[in-house]
Amino acid sequence: MPKNESLKKILVLGSGAIKIGEAGEFDYSGSQCLKAIHEDGLKSVLINPNVATIQTDTRFADQVYLLPVTPEYVESIIEKESPDGIMLAYGGQTALNCGVNLDDSGILQKYGVKVLGTQIPGIKNTEDRQLFKDSMKEAGVPVLKSKTVTNFDDAKKAAEELTYPVIIRVAYTLGGRGGGVAHNEIELHEIVERGFKASIVGQVLIEEYIGHWKQIEYEIMQDYDGNNIVVCNMENVLAMKVHTGDNIVVAPSQTIDNHEYHMLRSAGLRATKHVGIVGECNIQYALAPDSDRFAAIEINPRLSRSSALASKATGYPLAYMSAKIGLGYNLSELENRITKNTTACFEPSLDYIVCKHPRWDFPKFELVNRKLGPTMKSVGEVMAIGRTFEESFQKAIRMLDIGNDGLVLNRNSGKTYNEEQIEEKLSHPDDRILYDVAVALKLGFSVEKIYKLSSVDPWFIEKIKNIVNLESKIKSSELDESFLWDVKKSGFSDKQIARAKDTNSDEIRDLRKKLGVTPSVKQIDTLAAEWPAVTNYLYLTYGGHSNDISVPSDEKGVIVVGAGPYRIGSSVEFDWGTVNMVWGLQENGEKNVSVVNCNPETVSTDYDICTRLYFEELTQERILDITEFENPKGIVTCVGGQTANNLTPGLAEHGINIIGTSAHDVDRAEDRSKFSAELDKLHIQQPKWQAFSNLNEARTFAQEVGFPVIVRPSYVLSGAAMKVVWSQEELKTYVKEATDVSPDHPVVISKFMLNSLEVDVDGVSNGKQVVIGAIVEHIDSAGVHSGDAMMCIPPWRLSNKTIETINEYSKKIALTFNVKGPFNLQFLVHDDHVYVIELNIRASRSMPFVSKLVKTNLISLASKAVLGKTLPDIPENKWKKIHNYGIKVPQFSFMALDGADIALGVEMQSTGEAACFGDSFYDALSKGLTSVGYNLPATGTALVTVGGAQNKEKLLPTIAKLKQSGFKILATEHTAEFFEEKIGDIEIVHKISEPDRKPNIADLLYERKIDFIINIPSTSTLEKYVGMLDDEYQIRRKSLELGIPVLTTIELADSFVKTLEWLKTNKTTKDPIQPYDEIN
Amino acid sequence: MVGYTEALTDPSYNGQILTLTYPLVGNYGVPDPSELDSDGISKFFESDMIQIRGLVVHELSQTASHWNLKMTLDEWMFNEKVPGISGVDTREITKKLRSGGVMMAALVVSDSEIDVDKVKKELESATHYDSEQFMDTVSTKEEKVYGNENNSVVVIDTGAKNAILRNIRELGYKAILVPWNTSYEKVMSYNPKGVVLSSGPGDPQKCPDTIDTVKKLIENNIPTLGICLGAQIIGIAGNTETYKLKYGHRGQNKPCVNLENNQVYVTSQNHGYGIKPESLEKSDFKLWFTNADDKTVEGIKHKKQNCVAVQFHPEAAPGPFDCKFIFEELKQLMEKN
Repeated sequence: MPKNESLKKILVLGSGAIKIGEAGEFDYSGSQCLKAIHEDGLKSVLINPNVATIQTDTRFADQVYLLPVTPEYVESIIEKESPDGIMLAYGGQTALNCGVNLDDSGILQKYGVKVLGTQIPGIKNTEDRQLFKDSMKEAGVPVLKSKTVTNFDDAKKAAEELTYPVIIRVAYTLGGRGGGVAHNEIELHEIVERGFKASIVGQVLIEEYIGHWKQIEYEIMQDYDGNNIVVCNMENVLAMKVHTGDNIVVAPSQTIDNHEYHMLRSAGLRATKHVGIVGECNIQYALAPDSDRFAAIEINPRLSRSSALASKATGYPLAYMSAKIGLGYNLSELENRITKNTTACFEPSLDYIVCKHPRWDFPKFELVNRKLGPTMKSVGEVMAIGRTFEESFQKAIRMLDIGNDGLVLNRNSGKTYNEEQIEEKLSHPDDRILYDVAVALKLGFSVEKIYKLSSVDPWFIEKIKNIVNLESKIKSSELDESFLWDVKKSGFSDKQIARAKDTNSDEIRDLRKKLGVTPSVKQIDTLAAEWPAVTNYLYLTYGGHSNDISVPSDEKGVIVVGAGPYRIGSSVEFDWGTVNMVWGLQENGEKNVSVVNCNPETVSTDYDICTRLYFEELTQERILDITEFENPKGIVTCVGGQTANNLTPGLAEHGINIIGTSAHDVDRAEDRSKFSAELDKLHIQQPKWQAFSNLNEARTFAQEVGFPVIVRPSYVLSGAAMKVVWSQEELKTYVKEATDVSPDHPVVISKFMLNSLEVDVDGVSNGKQVVIGAIVEHIDSAGVHSGDAMMCIPPWRLSNKTIETINEYSKKIALTFNVKGPFNLQFLVHDDHVYVIELNIRASRSMPFVSKLVKTNLISLASKAVLGKTLPDIPENKWKKIHNYGIKVPQFSFMALDGADIALGVEMQSTGEAACFGDSFYDALSKGLTSVGYNLPATGTALVTVGGAQNKEKLLPTIAKLKQSGFKILATEHTAEFFEEKIGDIEIVHKISEPDRKPNIADLLYERKIDFIINIPSTSTLEKYVGMLDDEYQIRRKSLELGIPVLTTIELADSFVKTLEWLKTNKTTKDPIQPYDEIN
Repeated sequence: MVGYTEALTDPSYNGQILTLTYPLVGNYGVPDPSELDSDGISKFFESDMIQIRGLVVHELSQTASHWNLKMTLDEWMFNEKVPGISGVDTREITKKLRSGGVMMAALVVSDSEIDVDKVKKELESATHYDSEQFMDTVSTKEEKVYGNENNSVVVIDTGAKNAILRNIRELGYKAILVPWNTSYEKVMSYNPKGVVLSSGPGDPQKCPDTIDTVKKLIENNIPTLGICLGAQIIGIAGNTETYKLKYGHRGQNKPCVNLENNQVYVTSQNHGYGIKPESLEKSDFKLWFTNADDKTVEGIKHKKQNCVAVQFHPEAAPGPFDCKFIFEELKQLMEKN
C-alpha cells in the first residue's frame, strides 16, 4: 500500500520532560518521525514542553507547541489546528496514554483525527494485561502464569496460588514503574497498593517470578499489509532479574541457538500480527535457561528505549521507518537508508557486538536503595560497539564517564569483600554487579557458582574471567606486539595498561604505535559487508587489520565532541547543543563536520546529521585515535557538556587544535584560584572561598566564614559531590567524597550565602564581541541547585541597576577570558550586591530555553564564534523586549528511586525539565507545572508542615492566600499552632511516626484526602539542623509514591499557590513558538 | 550469529571454506550428533558430517554455554578432522569476497615463515571448485525411508538437508530419499504423491541425470517442488537458463516478494547460481518470487503443470521459518491430484 494521500497535516505528541524510564530517546524518535513527515511534503504539528530538544526547534516541525501533553491541552490544539492524523508512538508512554485517553473520551472521533500506526485496539491489546494474555494465547504464544487483580485480597489469593516470590506488574506504566518482587505478604501489600495508584486503570498483575530466566527482546516492524520483519534482537546480561532499562544488554543475543532464536522470532511475528501492530514494537521474552520453554512478557506498541538502542545498534532507523509505515507505505516500498539501493524490508546482519550499559546516579540521592530489580532506576545509557564482548563491555564502562577506565585496573579498586558478602552481592545485584563478578572470580569462585548466585549466563562470566586473567597477565608479562594485540582486543585502555605497568598512558600509546598496534575504523552497514555500502556510520575496534574507509588528505574537517550518556546534570540540552553546532558549522561553510558520541538516545548519533559519525568513547585515547585518522582542522569541545569540556586540556597538550576558546583560557576559568585572581583584577566580587587539600585547612576556613559552607571539586558539572555542609562532622565526610570524584584537581569550599537570589547568564562571544542571550532568574532561592531550580525570563525581582551590573560583568568576564563560543555565568545577588559564582566556557543547560524564548539560536551564533567570524548585530536588550514570559520547571523522578528524598539541595537531582511560554508569569508557570506532572486543583485540601520559625514566618502570606482561595488547610502540631494563631481555621493532623494519633497523615494520604503538600524541611534553615528528619522524609516519600505533589521550597509553594489563584479567573494561552530569527 | 551447526552440516557447503561474518562463533557449543528424532532423522544436524572443508572466524568461543550442548565447536571440528582458523579480520575477507566473488583459498599453518607464492601455485593447480563433481560425496548411495504412511514424497538427494525431510514428515507424508541420479521410472516405482528436488552444492549443469528425470516429472504432471539447487535443475528442465552469481546469496535475512499477493518474506538462502530472469519469458515457467534487493529470481511456477520451485530455503535450519508455507503449497498440489 502506498502513502495515504488523504493526509495533509499530522499531529505528533512528544514525551514531555525527561524522567527515569522516559528520557532523551524520545527526542530521537520524535525528530525522526517529524523528518519522515516533512519529507513527504506534509505539515506537522508537535506538542512537547521539553524545550531542550531538537524536535521542538522549528526545523522539522511546522508548528511547535511547548504545552503539557495532557488530553485537555492536546484537545485544544486539535481544535485549533484540525490535523488529519495523529502519531502516538513517538512520545513514550506519556503520548500513548494521552492518545488512548483522547480516543476513549471520543475527542479523536469528534474532530475526525485518524490514529496513524498501531490503532487504539492494538495498543489496548498490548497494554491491558488481561487482553495481552488473551491475545498471546490466541496467537499461540505462551505467557507466564499470572492473575490480574484490582484489590489486595485477590492479589493475596493469586500470590498464594502461584507461590512466593511473585512479581507485580502495573498496567499502563513505563520503566516498570510501581512494580516489584514480593517474597511475602507484607511486601506484596506495599507493592500492590503502590501499583494501584500508579496504574491509570487501578489494575496490577501478579505473576510467577522467573528472575533466573534469560531476558530476550526483539524489535519488530510491521506495515498495514501485514508484512513484518525483525530488525534486531537483544539479550539482557542480568537475566530477567533486572528491568531491561537497568540491564546490561548485548545485541545480537549471544547465548541462544538457532532453534531458540527463530522460535522466538516466529512467535514475535505471530504475536504482532495478531494484536495488529503497525509500525514498530518491542516484544520481550523470558526464556528458560535449561530448556526451550519461553513466555512473552510484554509488547511495547511504540518506539521505546530499546528501539532507540536497536536503531543505533543496527543502523536501521526504526523511528523514521515506523513513521513512514504510519503514513501508509509498506515495507518493501521503503529504501534501506544505509545502502540506498536495497529495501528496508530486510533483517540487518551485524558483524560486531553491541553492549549497552545503563548509567545510574545513585550517589546523588540520599537513602536511595541501589539494588536493581524490576523497576528502572537508571537515568541514561551508553552503547559500545566492538568485535569481542570484552572490548564492547570495557568500552561501555569508559563511556559512562564515572571515572572508571574499564572493568579492572581502575583508580579506585573498590571495597574489598569476603566470600559471604560477595555471595550476598551476587544474589542481590546492584549497580556494581559485574565488578562483583570479577571480584568473585578473583576470590576463586567457580563460574558455575557465580551463575547460580547471579543468574548471569556462564558465557558472560567466562568473558569477564578473560578480562580478570588478562589483568594479572599484563602485570606479569612483557608488552610485546602479540600480547598487546590480545590486550587491546579485549578492550583494555592505555590507562589501564599503564596503571598495571606503573607508567603513564602516553608511554603505552607510543609503544603501541611503534609496534603497529592501532585500532581500525569499521563501518556499520546493516549487512555485514556483504554488499558495498556508502555509510558514514563508524566505530573503532582492535578486532581488525584495515580501515573500511579513508579520509581524503585534502579534506580538513571539524570534529564535534558530543556529551555522552544522559545523567543528572547533563541531559538532552547538550545533545541539542551538539546538533545545532554541527548544523551551524555546516551553514558557515564547513563541509566536513564529524561527530563523536556514545549515547544511543540522541539525535546527534543519527548518521544523517554529519559527515562522519563515530559511535565512540569520549576518552582522550579514543579521540586521539580519531584525530589521527581524520587529521582534522580542529575539534569542538564546548557543546558536549562537562564530559567534552574536560577533554580540552589533554587534547590541546597532544597538539590537537581546539576550535573555540583555547584550552589555556578554559583552564583559567575552571581552576578556581586562577579564576578568582582574574576576577580580583576586574574588581568583581565572589562569595568567600578557598581551595584546600587537607581537612585541617578546610576546618579552619569553615570556622572562619561560618557554617553553612559549600564543598565542591573543580571540573565537575551539576554538583557531583557538591554539598552544603552544616557541621564539622559532615565536613569530614564530604571532603573525602569530593576528592574521590576529582582527584587531579583541587577541592574548594565557599561560604554559602543564605537568602540570596541566583541568576544565570547565557551568552556567546568571539573574543571581540559579546552577545548576551538573556539574564535568567531563579525562582527558588540560592542553595537549590541551578539545575533543580525553576527559572524565569525576564527576571522579575531584579532591579534595573542589578541587571545592568550583571550585563556589564558578563561582558567584561567573557572578554577577559577570551571566550570564543558559548558561555554561561552564574551570579548570586545578595543585598543588592552581585557576586560571581562560576563561569562555564561551554554550552549550558539553559541555552535551548533562552534561545527559543528570545528567538536567537545561541549555538548557531556560537558556531560563528568558534570559527572566529564576526557576530551579527543583535540588539543588546533584545531579550528584554520579548513580550513573553518563559518559565523552566524541573522534572523529578524520585518515584522510580526507592527511598530517595525529594528535599532539594545543592546537588542536582532533577532528571529533566519543561519550559512553557506565556503572556504572564502565571500563564507560563501554570503550564510549566502541569507539564511536569503537578495537578493544579481548583479547590481541595492542602497539608502544610514547615520546619523552623523563620520559614513559617516567610510562608505566612502564602498560606493566607491559600485559605482565601477556599482551600482547606491541614497542618502538623507546631505548624498548626503558628498558623492558627495568625490566620485561624487550621485543622491539626498527626505525624506518620505516631500512627495511633488520629487524624493521621498516613491515612489521609492513602484515602487521597490531600491534594497537595507544602513541606519545607527544617534542614534548609540553620536554627534547627538535626540531621535528616525522619518524619518529614516519611511524608515526602509516601506522598510521592501516591502521586501527590509536594512543594519543598518556600518559593515553589508561593508560586504554586499564586498560580492556583490566577487560574481561578484566567485561562492559559496556547500559542505555537516562533522560529529562530535569521542571523547573518 | 546463530546457525553454525546447521550451516556446517549443510551439504550445499560441501567442498567450501566457509567464512562467517559474525565475529563471535561457538558461544552455545554443539549439540549431540547421535540424537535422533522418532523417524531416525538427526535432531539437530542437517547431515551426518561436517560438510565444509574449513572454517574461518574472527573469534572462536573457547568455552560454550547452553543446556543442549554436548561439546564445543572446537571439539566437534577436531573430532571430525575439519580445520579452522580464528583471529582473522573476517570483515576484510568478506569485502574481498564480495568484490572478487567466491574464490579458491587455502588454510596454511606453519611454525616457520609461510611461503605465500608456493601456496598460491599449489592453489592454482588444485581442482577448481566450479569443476568439482559433488554428487558422489553429498548424495545418498541408497534409498532411505522415513515414516510408514501410505502417502509418500520422494526426495531426490542432490545434497538434501535433514530439514527438508523433517518438513515432509510434518506434512504427514512418508519421506523417501533417493540418489541424485535416480531415473524417472525408479522414482515413480515408489508411487509418490509428489517429488522434492533438494538443495545442494555446485553448478546445476553438473546434474544432467537429475535434469532428465525432472523433465519427465513435469511432462507427467507429477507434483514437484524444487529447492535451491533443485529449483535451478527444474529451471533447466523447463527451458530456462542458469548462471553463476557474482557473489551468491548467503544468509538468513534475504527479503523475497511473493508476486501473487505482494507479501514480503524474510528467507534463508545459500546459493551461488541462479535462474536468468530474462530466460523465463521463453520458458515453461513464470516468475513467482523475486528478491526485493537485487530483483533476481527467487521462485518460479510452471505455467501449466504442478511444478513449483524456490531459490530460498523454506525448510530454514538455519534461518527463519517464514516460508514454511511452501511445503503447504506442495501439499495442495499433491492433494489436488
